[in-house]
Formats: sequence, C-alpha cells, structure tokens
Amino acid sequence: MLAQYIANGLLIGSLYACLAVGFSLIYGVLSIINVMHGTFVVLGAYITIYCSQYLGISPLIAALIGCAIMFVFGYLTQRFLINEVVAAPIFISFTLTFGFDLLLNNAMIHAFTATPRSLLLDYGSITVAGISLSVARLGAMVLALVLTGVLYWLLRHSQMGRAIIAVRMDRHAATLLGIRVPQVYAITFGIGTLMAAAAGGAMALVFPITPLLSGTFLGKSFVICVLGGLGSVPGALVGGFALGLLESFGAVAFGAQWSATVGFALMIVVLVLRPSGLVGRKGFE
Amino acid sequence: MNERLVTLPRILAAMLLIAAVIGFGFYANNYLLQAGTTLAMSIVLCLAWNIVGGYMGYPSFATAAFFGLGAYIGGIVQNYDLPLALAWIVAAAGGAVFAALLGSILLGLRGHYFAIGTIAVVEVMREVANNWEGLTGGAIGMNLPILVGSPRAVGIFFYLAMWALVLITFVLTAMIVNSKFGFGLRCIRQNESAASMVGIDVFKFKVKAFIISGLIVAAAGAVYASMVAFIEPKDVFNVLMSIEVPVMVMLGAAGTVLGPLVGAVIYVLLKELVWVNFINFHSAILGIIIITVIYAVPKGILREFQSRLRSILTARPLNFRKS
Repeated sequence: MLAQYIANGLLIGSLYACLAVGFSLIYGVLSIINVMHGTFVVLGAYITIYCSQYLGISPLIAALIGCAIMFVFGYLTQRFLINEVVAAPIFISFTLTFGFDLLLNNAMIHAFTATPRSLLLDYGSITVAGISLSVARLGAMVLALVLTGVLYWLLRHSQMGRAIIAVRMDRHAATLLGIRVPQVYAITFGIGTLMAAAAGGAMALVFPITPLLSGTFLGKSFVICVLGGLGSVPGALVGGFALGLLESFGAVAFGAQWSATVGFALMIVVLVLRPSGLVGRKGFE
Repeated sequence: MNERLVTLPRILAAMLLIAAVIGFGFYANNYLLQAGTTLAMSIVLCLAWNIVGGYMGYPSFATAAFFGLGAYIGGIVQNYDLPLALAWIVAAAGGAVFAALLGSILLGLRGHYFAIGTIAVVEVMREVANNWEGLTGGAIGMNLPILVGSPRAVGIFFYLAMWALVLITFVLTAMIVNSKFGFGLRCIRQNESAASMVGIDVFKFKVKAFIISGLIVAAAGAVYASMVAFIEPKDVFNVLMSIEVPVMVMLGAAGTVLGPLVGAVIYVLLKELVWVNFINFHSAILGIIIITVIYAVPKGILREFQSRLRSILTARPLNFRKS
C-alpha cells in the first residue's frame, strides 16, 4: 500500500516537474512571473486533444505538434508584448501577464466552453510487484521526463543553452559578449511555453482538461518552484516530486480536499525558512 | 512637505465634497446608491493598499486575505447576536493582529518572494474557509442577520458607513504622508538598506504599515459582509480583488494621496459602464483595462495629467527631461 502511494506520487510528480520547469526557466532568465503559464498548459492540452481526436494521430505526436505551435506563440508573445516590461519592476510584469491571462482565459472559455474534455485512452494497466500502474500514466510520465531531460541537456550543451544561462547570470556581460539578449529572451519564453504545452499534452493523457484548470496549474507551478528553488531544472524536478509525494500522502493523512492547501502552506514555510528552495542555489544549471 | 496640510480652501473643498456625497446618498436611486457604495469600498481598499504598495513599495497581493478575514470575523461575531459596531471593531482588530503575525513572517522577503507569499496566503485562507465547515459554513457560505428597516434606509446606512470609512482612511493616509513615519516608508521604497543605515527601524516600520493597511481592509470586509448579508469563500477570498486593487491605484498614481481616489473612481465608472453591456466578457474586459493601464499610463493618470499641466504652464517648447 505504501509502495502504491509512492508510485502514484512519483508518477504525478514527474508531470508536475514538467509543468513547473517552463515557469521556472522564464522566471530565472527573464525575472518575470508568468501568470499565463496555466493557460498555456491548458492550450497545449487542447491542441493535443483536438489533434488526436479530429486528425486521428497518436496522442504523443499530437502533443509534440502542440509544443511546436506553442513555442511559436510564446516566442511572438514575448517579442511583441512582454519585452516591453522585462526591465520593469516585478509588480508591473506580474500584473501585465495577469491581464493577458484574463483575456486569454475568457477567450478560451468562449471557444472551448468550460466542459471538461479528455482523450479517453484505455491502454489498460500493468502490475509490477503488487503496484498497479496505468499505461497512459506511464506514457505521460515518460513524455514529461524525456522533455525535461532534453531541456536540461540543451541548456548545458547547446550554444543557445549556454547563451540562455549567460543571460541569466548577467545580462549586461552577456550583451558585451555579443549575445543578442532580446532574441535570447524571446527564445527562452518560447521554450517555457513549449514546456507548458508539453505538460499540458502529458496531463491530457491522464486527466480531463477544462479551461478552468489554468489557475490550478499556475498555483502548482508556484508551489513546485518555491519548494525546489525558483529558476533551475533540478529544482523543478525536486519540487515536482516533492509535491507529488506530498499530495499523495497528504490526501491520506488530511483528506483529499486539503491537498492543495497543504502544498501552499508548505510553500509559505519554505519561502520563509529557505527562500532559495530545498536544493536551491544561484545560477541556472 | 513644507506646505501647511490644513488650509481654508482645502477645508471648504472637503466640506463641500462631504455634503455632496451625503446628499447623493439621499437622492440617488437604488442602482446609483449601490454603485456609490461599491465605489466607496474600492476607494477604501485602494487607500489601504497604497500605504504598503504605493508608499512603502512592497507589491502586496494580500488584500483579499484581509478582506475575507474581516468579512468572516464580522459575520461570526454578528451571528452571536452581538451589535453591528462591535462586529466591525472586532473584525478590524482581528485584521490588525493577523497583519502583525503575517507581516513579521512575510516582510522579511523581498520582491518576487513577497508577492508570491502574499498570493499564497489568499489561497490558503480561501481553502481553510472552504473546509472549516464548523466555523465558516464551508463552501455553502454563511448567512448574516439582515438589518431591520426598509431596504432603502438600510442601503443608505451602508452607503454612509462605507463613505465614513473612506473619510477615516483618507485622513489617516494624509497624516501618515506628512509624518516622520510616512517619510520613513518612502525611504524604504527608495532604498531599504540605506534607510536602515540612516537609523530607520526598517522592520518595525514595515510591520506597522502592514498592520494599518490590514486593519482598514478587514474593517471594509466586515462592513461589506453585513451589507450583503451572505458571504462565501470564493467571493470574499477572491484573488481577482488582490489584483484589481493595485491596478486601480496604478491607474490613478501609486504613492500619492489622491491617486487611489482618482483611480478607483475611473475604474469603477469604466466597470459599471462596460460591464452591463458585455456580461460574458467580464474578465476579458478587466484584462484589457489592466493591459491598457500598464502600456499607456504606467505612472498613473494623476502624474500624467500633472506633468502635462506643468509643461503647459512653464511653456517650454519641448521637454527632453524625463521625470
């Protein structure tokens, strides 16, 4: 029974890590709290659902299509709308993205209605050592972890990745070294949006999705990032697994209705005692 | 700072304004009375936020937390058949105590972390109100005793109560601004380390400002709760309120005495005029207002207006200096 809770916690935790990593990247590099993140997740999920239901393609490929579309969307959003406020105080960028989020979310509720939609996958489940695992959940976990891993690798080993990290460390020095900072900002925002869409695609494999969930996704991203440490990939992974396990056990200990509250309460505690997060340190690696 | 705060023209203007507000309450129809009360509530919340967010420069999103707390404390006290005034006073005191506790925890954080922390508080409080059914009635909500008297008289009573709160808060703000305390808050906004170095007890100042702000917001929440006679967690602990209030202040001009007033008046007017026609696009319109404010008048209408006026008066052909 204990093993089952741990397994559930880790399965959902990997989705959470993927959910938060884009939010964390944007925060780390642009110093912007992107309130639209939850809405991006829902958009990614919807693209996955629509593509696979109406075009009849595999949900995995549909999720990747969603990622590509959302990357372009995120790139353009940053380039033309967010770039104006990158240097402004946190309060300004936060409020601005909140305004865009209200607009986007209202449009989404009109376009898609608030009815939950799901992929209705039935791949059955497998049982390993007495732990039952649904195949769709495993697939979502693999998708989420692979994409997070790819992002981590790209940040460390690609030229663009090094440029992103250079901008995160010191944007003025990066400019002097010939890095086109606005371009890096836009690409970072695009990648962050892409990861949101990937998380959305993975979520769509597991949960029914409605535009009303965007606030929940955003809240979870907050909690995960603060738990692990804002602005790093390992931080998002640690935070994601921590929240996954916490919710899995918290639901047993306090009842399911308290699980979100437990997350937020823990977040405030971590925020006060260890603002850099459980594994936090400076620098995006 | 050198000008005298109380001058004859100002007293006359204030008395005229108060007379106009009271007069409006007695002659307005029910819709206008309702709108006037909403406006007063918005002004109170804006003035309270302005102390922490405007003068002290801490982007607090905890407005809804204090508002909801005040509403629930007021509601619980009133449900013990205790008098209205006592309920409001207890709610205000509760808000102050909660602000002292919360402030001493959260005000050590800066920038992003403070903003995130204050939002999380709203979320936690809403969930607690949702799940603590024995005390709050849970998600179903809580009924409050309805005042005896004709609906019209009750409406006028709450209209006047809300505007009285506006007057108290406004005078309080003006007093703070012209005091040493207000000067200290402005120092903290400009440079906290420097403020600490010149001998300002930064932490004490910050907590004090937070307490004043929380007390006022909680009182407004209690008045609101008695007015609507029914509260539920998603209504009084609404994150949207925590965002709306700073946007209103920004629209007017943060960190000024009149800014919150001007911002709230324009915002509430916009809302009342546009809302009724596009009820389905409620949040989209709010989004558009926010976006417009940030791109078009980031420093606030009041400052924009003042600098225009000044450049006309000084009649310089071109003004290259950026204020």
